[in-house]
Amino acid sequence: MMTIENFILITILSPLIVCVLTPFISKSTILRDCLGPIGGVVSSWGAYNIMSSALNNQNITLEIVKIAEGISIGFEITPLGAIFGLVASFLWILAAIYSVGYMKGNEEKNQTRFYAFYAMAVHAALCIAYAGDLLTLFIFYEVLTFSTYPLVTHKQDEMAQKAGRLYMSILVGSSVILLLPAIIWVWVATGSLEMSQNGVLDGKLDVAYAPLLLAMFVFGIGKAALMPIHKWLPAAMVAPTPVSALLHAVAVVKAGVFTMLIVLTNVFGIDFLAKTGASEWLIWLASFTLLATSIIAIYKDDLKARLAYSTISQLSYITLGGALATSMATQGATLHIITHAAGKITLFFVAGALYVGAKITKISDLNGHGLCAPLIFLAFFIGSLSIIGVPPMAGSWSKFFLMLGAADSGNEVVIGVFCISTILNAFYLMEIPARAFFFKKERDIKVKIPKLVLIPTLITSFLTILLFFFIEPFQNLTSMMVSKV
Amino acid sequence: MTDILIKNLPIIVVLCPLITSLFVVLIPNIFFSWVLTTLSTFLTFLFSILLYQEIQIHSYISYALGKWMPPIGIEYIIDKVAIIPVIIISGISLIATIFAYKIMPEEIEKKSISKVYSLWLLAIAGLLGLVTTGDAFNLFVFLEISSLASVALVAMGAQKDKQALVAAYNYLIIGAVGATLYVIGVGLLYGITGTLNMEDLTNRISDLNNNKALIAGFGFMIIGIMVKAAVFPLHIWLPRAYAYAPSAVSVLLAATATKASLYILARILFSVFENSEDLINNTLLYVILPLSIIAMFAGTIMAIYEKDIKRLLAHSSVAQIGYITLAFAIGTKASIAAGFIHMFNHAIIKGGLFIAITSLGFYIQKRITINNLSGLGRTMPITFFCFVLCSLSLAGLPLTAGFISKLYLIKATISSDSIWIAILILISSALSVVYLWKMIEVMWMREGRKIVIKENPTIYLSLIFITFLNIYFGLDASLVVDGSFEAAEKLIEDLK
Repeated sequence: MMTIENFILITILSPLIVCVLTPFISKSTILRDCLGPIGGVVSSWGAYNIMSSALNNQNITLEIVKIAEGISIGFEITPLGAIFGLVASFLWILAAIYSVGYMKGNEEKNQTRFYAFYAMAVHAALCIAYAGDLLTLFIFYEVLTFSTYPLVTHKQDEMAQKAGRLYMSILVGSSVILLLPAIIWVWVATGSLEMSQNGVLDGKLDVAYAPLLLAMFVFGIGKAALMPIHKWLPAAMVAPTPVSALLHAVAVVKAGVFTMLIVLTNVFGIDFLAKTGASEWLIWLASFTLLATSIIAIYKDDLKARLAYSTISQLSYITLGGALATSMATQGATLHIITHAAGKITLFFVAGALYVGAKITKISDLNGHGLCAPLIFLAFFIGSLSIIGVPPMAGSWSKFFLMLGAADSGNEVVIGVFCISTILNAFYLMEIPARAFFFKKERDIKVKIPKLVLIPTLITSFLTILLFFFIEPFQNLTSMMVSKV
Repeated sequence: MTDILIKNLPIIVVLCPLITSLFVVLIPNIFFSWVLTTLSTFLTFLFSILLYQEIQIHSYISYALGKWMPPIGIEYIIDKVAIIPVIIISGISLIATIFAYKIMPEEIEKKSISKVYSLWLLAIAGLLGLVTTGDAFNLFVFLEISSLASVALVAMGAQKDKQALVAAYNYLIIGAVGATLYVIGVGLLYGITGTLNMEDLTNRISDLNNNKALIAGFGFMIIGIMVKAAVFPLHIWLPRAYAYAPSAVSVLLAATATKASLYILARILFSVFENSEDLINNTLLYVILPLSIIAMFAGTIMAIYEKDIKRLLAHSSVAQIGYITLAFAIGTKASIAAGFIHMFNHAIIKGGLFIAITSLGFYIQKRITINNLSGLGRTMPITFFCFVLCSLSLAGLPLTAGFISKLYLIKATISSDSIWIAILILISSALSVVYLWKMIEVMWMREGRKIVIKENPTIYLSLIFITFLNIYFGLDASLVVDGSFEAAEKLIEDLK
């Protein structure tokens, strides 16, 4: 009989084992390439079991290392973490298969190093998902940053060097200068690094300091990419597309918004935020980021850059949901982690497929090529609909809850923001299938998409439809998360 | 037999390297002189471990040299505070000696090697004596022994680069000034109290609250020690000395020399002058605190603009010493503990970085500047990997020893209601990432010359070991943290 503690270990250790093994079996390419997907399957099996136990409302904690008195690395299952862990580990299977196809198709160098750090990044993301206290969260937040650096700069040329510099300086700088003291402040104020479902700060922190502390957290969590610390995300697009897909649309940025949600719900607590109004300003900042980046996205001709800005805008949905501080909005924000992950990874997969298959990176080059690769563009279309929030795609659920939450909190303006942003989403995403299918072809190109790239893309796009019908277990978890509050 | 050994441990720790240094010089063979040196440092380390265990039982050992009872005779004191620098110095010397095996003959001509090892042991003995003695004048003697030996060691770098002579000369003059200031201070105190024993001094000082000679003596002593500890702006001897010394010597000095003086500084501030509260508080608030903050930034910024890597690391040491003195300056129990934690961690971090950099220099047979590092990350993966880990530790990133120091330092500053100092510390440590990243980026990104270099196990084993320590003490810091808190408690208890 497996205990849940073992499942935690299985989930977080399998990517680490993949990372460690990869360099040793690099001689046999096939074995090395299979390792990632296998690790993904094992890891998501564990994550699935963790989620079922979270549904049964079991309280599970696991201490790994005691560093010194009062500080330790430990894990704990929260509903939010269970969801994020399952999303990250499951999508890793598909992304691992996809990256094999992509790296082969593109004949990239240093593939072994790439796979090793890829797995390392997933490991860090999963550790963040199950982090039991603020310190563990911070530790793996940093591990995630550093393990993605070799991936972002994979090409090792001048562009990559510049992007890598920006990436590191924003992510490391913000987390070290703001996030770390914020965490230590909580430690000093409450006397421990623990988090709890109801928040830990009520009565421990002078209310006047609450907005300041929140600001330190918000700007310290650079991975959530709120303006003005969003620049690293477009810069990171120099990375090979599998990195952009899994890490910069799912694992890294979701780790950012996950941390943000955890801070809002489990450190401050929704009630404390609602009572003090400490997060009022965050609503406006997130709304602004949401609209501004959508508008910027319209003007980006580079497909990955447009998707990057779209990602920033979608992340702000999640932050905004947390900042609204109502139970509906928090549920919507959490569901958006899942639905956006499925949708956005599809879009990135398509962008990568177009690059591998036809070396297309610009949207204006897509004119009329729809019929050369109909399946790919169909997948993109489905993914876009989910992001826009059209039923029967998963994205409609999270938007629905977010709007309900906005109404609950009495912020009618925010509902307007959501509506405008939906229109903008439609505008900048629909252009791509529209150009592909309806514009006149300018030149003939040959599109040859490897199967290992195509299949994961189709699966994820199918997933966005599937999630619409099977959202219930996730919704149960999110309502558990807020009902305890 | 063991009984006698245990009883005499405080002096044996000092005598072991001191006596062997006399014999090493007689051995002409390179290999055997190294073996003897290693043996001696190994024994010293072993004795300090034994001493550590003794301290866990007795918590305070006073040893009267030659059975002349203190305060007349010279007293050696080992308590929970003194054991920290003893362990640091003896541990790092062992690692540095093992590392020296291959590097030393490369930079120093054969016939002077045994002399270098003799000086090497002498410097170690001086440093150990410095931290174990309980007598203010005896401390001066050891201060001079260690300084003169280190000056001579730095000067040995002249066989490779004549600049070492200038560096050694600077070190000698500034060091001598520092030592003189210290001894003037001791003289003044002796004049008004009539004793040289530190504990006795403490008791007699309490009657002389605002005595001018006391204040003057205190000032001389503190400034003298601050020169030795390279507290900004009295650090000017340090970058050159570290940069032009032979590689192995840089490792030894960078990791140990200033630590001993920092410990003396803490002891004078919190133990010897514990009864003059106003004096200490004013010194901490108006002298040490501002200087530490300036040191943090000045050292870091100098390091960012520095091209020569050994010098760069030396500038970074100035900044790191700033963190330690800053921790002392805040003056709460938690912050003093944080200072000791960082003292220990910085020793293993800087030791690791200097070993990594000097081994790179050994492989490429050049002075290591930022441009010479191009592409070395790809040709020497093991050394590069260890270098990156030690850098991350210096920058204070999680899962490394440096993170533990930073965590406790920030916590101590926030608990003492000085959030602005916490933010300053963090900004300066974020800036330190800039110069570390500059090096890592060059090694990792730039194409280097196509050279095939095989890394040498005798060199990288000590590197791997010290890197391992950096990770180990990041994961299991309870030994360091508990030890430091006990030390801080002892010092603060003295203060009350």
